[in-house]
Amino acid sequence: MSVVVGYIPTPEGEAALERAIAEARNRQDRLVVINSSRGDAYVDQRFVQADGAEALARRLEAAGVDHVLLQPLRGHDAADEVLDAAESHGAGLIVIGLRRRTPVGKLIMGSTAQRILLQAECPVLAVKAAAG
Amino acid sequence: METFDLLMQGFSTAATPLNLLYAFIGVLLGTAVGVLPGIGPAMAVALLLPVTYGLEPTSAFIMFAGIYYGGMYGGSTTSILLNTPGESATVITAIEGHRMAKAGRAAQALATAAIGSFVAGTIGTALLVTFTPMVVDFAVSLGAPSYLAIMVLALLAVTAVLGSSKLRGFASLGLGLAIGLVGLDKVTGQQRLVFGQPLLVDGLDIVVVAVAIFAVGEALWIAAHLRRKPLSTIPVGRPWMGKQDWKRSWKPWLRGTAYGYPFGALPAGGAEVPTFLSYVTEKKLSKHPEEFGHGAIEGVAGPEAANNAAAAGTLTPMLALGLPTNATAAVMLAAFVQYGIQPGPLLFDNEPELVWALIASLFIGNTLLLLINLPLAPVWAKLLQLPRPYLYAGILFFATLGAYAVNLQAFDLVILLVLGLLGFAMRRYGLPVLPLIIGVILGPRAEEQLRKALQLSGGDVSGLWSEPIAVGVYIVAALVLAWPLLAFVLRKTRGPRPETAAADQPAAVPGTDLDAPAGGQNLRPVASPQDEHVDERIKERP
Repeated sequence: MSVVVGYIPTPEGEAALERAIAEARNRQDRLVVINSSRGDAYVDQRFVQADGAEALARRLEAAGVDHVLLQPLRGHDAADEVLDAAESHGAGLIVIGLRRRTPVGKLIMGSTAQRILLQAECPVLAVKAAAG
Repeated sequence: METFDLLMQGFSTAATPLNLLYAFIGVLLGTAVGVLPGIGPAMAVALLLPVTYGLEPTSAFIMFAGIYYGGMYGGSTTSILLNTPGESATVITAIEGHRMAKAGRAAQALATAAIGSFVAGTIGTALLVTFTPMVVDFAVSLGAPSYLAIMVLALLAVTAVLGSSKLRGFASLGLGLAIGLVGLDKVTGQQRLVFGQPLLVDGLDIVVVAVAIFAVGEALWIAAHLRRKPLSTIPVGRPWMGKQDWKRSWKPWLRGTAYGYPFGALPAGGAEVPTFLSYVTEKKLSKHPEEFGHGAIEGVAGPEAANNAAAAGTLTPMLALGLPTNATAAVMLAAFVQYGIQPGPLLFDNEPELVWALIASLFIGNTLLLLINLPLAPVWAKLLQLPRPYLYAGILFFATLGAYAVNLQAFDLVILLVLGLLGFAMRRYGLPVLPLIIGVILGPRAEEQLRKALQLSGGDVSGLWSEPIAVGVYIVAALVLAWPLLAFVLRKTRGPRPETAAADQPAAVPGTDLDAPAGGQNLRPVASPQDEHVDERIKERP
C-alpha cells in the first residue's frame, strides 16, 4: 500500500503534501508524490524545477518517510497522472489539495480534483489551504 | 532641413487616430510574437499580409513597423526571465540577463533592456533619417551592373556570414532562388519550372511562400517536438532601475547603438554580430569585470541597445535600395510588391508620404513600446504559459486562411502545404530559413538587373563589371567568401589562437566560445538544461 499525493507549489499543494506526509508516517506507508505537467507550454509554474525537486526530496528525507517523486511529462492531465500512479502503486489513500473555484472557471477549465474524487478506486482525502 | 520637413509631414500622417491605433496593434502583436520563442516578427508580418490587403498601405506599414520593433523588445523579456531567447538577436542578452534575474535583479535587467532598446531605437531611427536620403542620392546614380553586384553581395553575405554551416546556408539559398524562378521569364516569355501546371505560370506568390516557410514549417516542427520539460519563469515585479544602474547602463546603451546601426545597415546585416561585439566590449571596458558571468547589467544594456539599433539599421538598405537583410525586412519588401509599390531608390521620390509616415511611426512605435513594456513585462511573460497546441492551431488557421485569401485559389493551399513540409524538413536538417526567403525575394530582382545589364552591353558578359562600384563590390563579395580560408591560413601562420576561432562565430551559443575573445578569464557558464534549450532554438532560427 502507499499514499499518493498530487503536488504543485501552491498553498493548496503544500497543504496536501503536509497532510500526506503525516498520513504516510502514521500508516508506515510509502509516499508517492506526483508533480506532473502536460509539457506543451514553454512555461509551467506548477512544474517543480530541478532545484525545487531537490529541496522537496530533502524535505521528504527529513520527514523520514519512504518516498518517490514522480514528474511525468506525457501530455496527460494531472488527474490522469494521479489516478494512474494510484493504480500502479496500489494506493490506499490519495491526498489532493482543493481550492475555491467559480462555477464559470470550473465549466471552462474542468476540475482536476473533481475527476480524482469521482474516478479514484480508493479513499481520497481533500485538503484545503490554511486560511490566511 | 528638407528632410526635417518631410519627417514632420510623416508625423502628421502617422499621428492620425486611426494610424496610431494600427501602431498600437502593431507593437502589441510585435511584443507578443517576440516573447514567444519560435514565432518571430517575420512570421507575424507574413500572416498579416493577406489580412491587410484592404488597408491603406501606409496603415499596414505602420503596423508592420510596430511588429518589427516590438519583436526586439519582447525577445529580451523571454531571454531574461526564461533563458530561452525569443529571437536570435537576444541570445547574448540571455547570458547576463538571466543571471541577473536569478540573482534577484530581474526588474533591473528588464528595465535596462527596455530603456536601452528605447534609447537605441530612437537614436537608430534618427540615424536612419539622416543617412537614408544620402544613400538614396548615391543609389540613383548606380547602374544595373552595380545593383546586381550589391544584390549578389547581399545574398552571399547573408548566407555565408550568418549561421554556422555555410553549406547549409547555400543549400537554403539555392532552394530560395529556385522557388523565385518559377513562372514566366519576364523578358522572353518562356515558362520556367512550371511542370506543365498552368497555375504555376504566374509564379509562386511570395506571401504563400513566406507563410508556408515561417508559419506552417514552424507549426509542424513544434508539433513534432511538442513535449518538452516546461521551465519556470522567474517572478518579477515592476521593472525599475536604481541610480547606480543608470550610471552603469547609459554608456553601454550608446556604445551598443554605435555597434548596432552600422552593422544593421551593411548588406550582411543581422543583429547577431553587433550584439556579440557589444557584449565583448562591455566586458572589456567594465569597471566590474568580475560581475560578468554573474549578472552584470552592462552585459544586458549593451547588447539590447545593439539589437534595436541594428533593427533600425536594417531598414536603411531596405528603404534606400530595396535590399532586405533580415527575414522581417524581406517580408516587408514582399509587402511593398503586393501593394504594387516598387522598392528601390525611387521609393523616396514616388511614395514620400508612405516612407516618411513609416519612419515617423518607428519613433511613435518605439515610445509606445517603452510605455507598454516597462510596466507590463511580467504580464507579457505570462504568454509563455499558453499551451502551444492552441497557439499553433491558431497560427495554422490564419496561415491557411491567408494563403487562400491571396488569390482565392485552392491550388495555393497545395503549395502552402508542400512548402510547409519543405520548411519542416529545413528545420529538421538545420538549414537556415533566412537565405531561402531572401533568395525568393531578391533572386528575381537580381535577375532583372542582370538582364538589364546584359541588354545594355549587348549580351557581352564584360558589361557586368563595367562600373567601378560593381568591381569594388565584387571584390568585397570575394573577400566575404574567401574569409574563412584566409582566417584559416592566418591562424596557421600565426600559430594556434583560439581568439580567431571564436570571432568567426559571433552567434555562438552561451556556454561555448563566448569568453575567449576577452582574453584569459574563464567565465564559462555552468552547463544547465536551459543551455541545451538555447542550443536548440538557435539551430532552428539561425
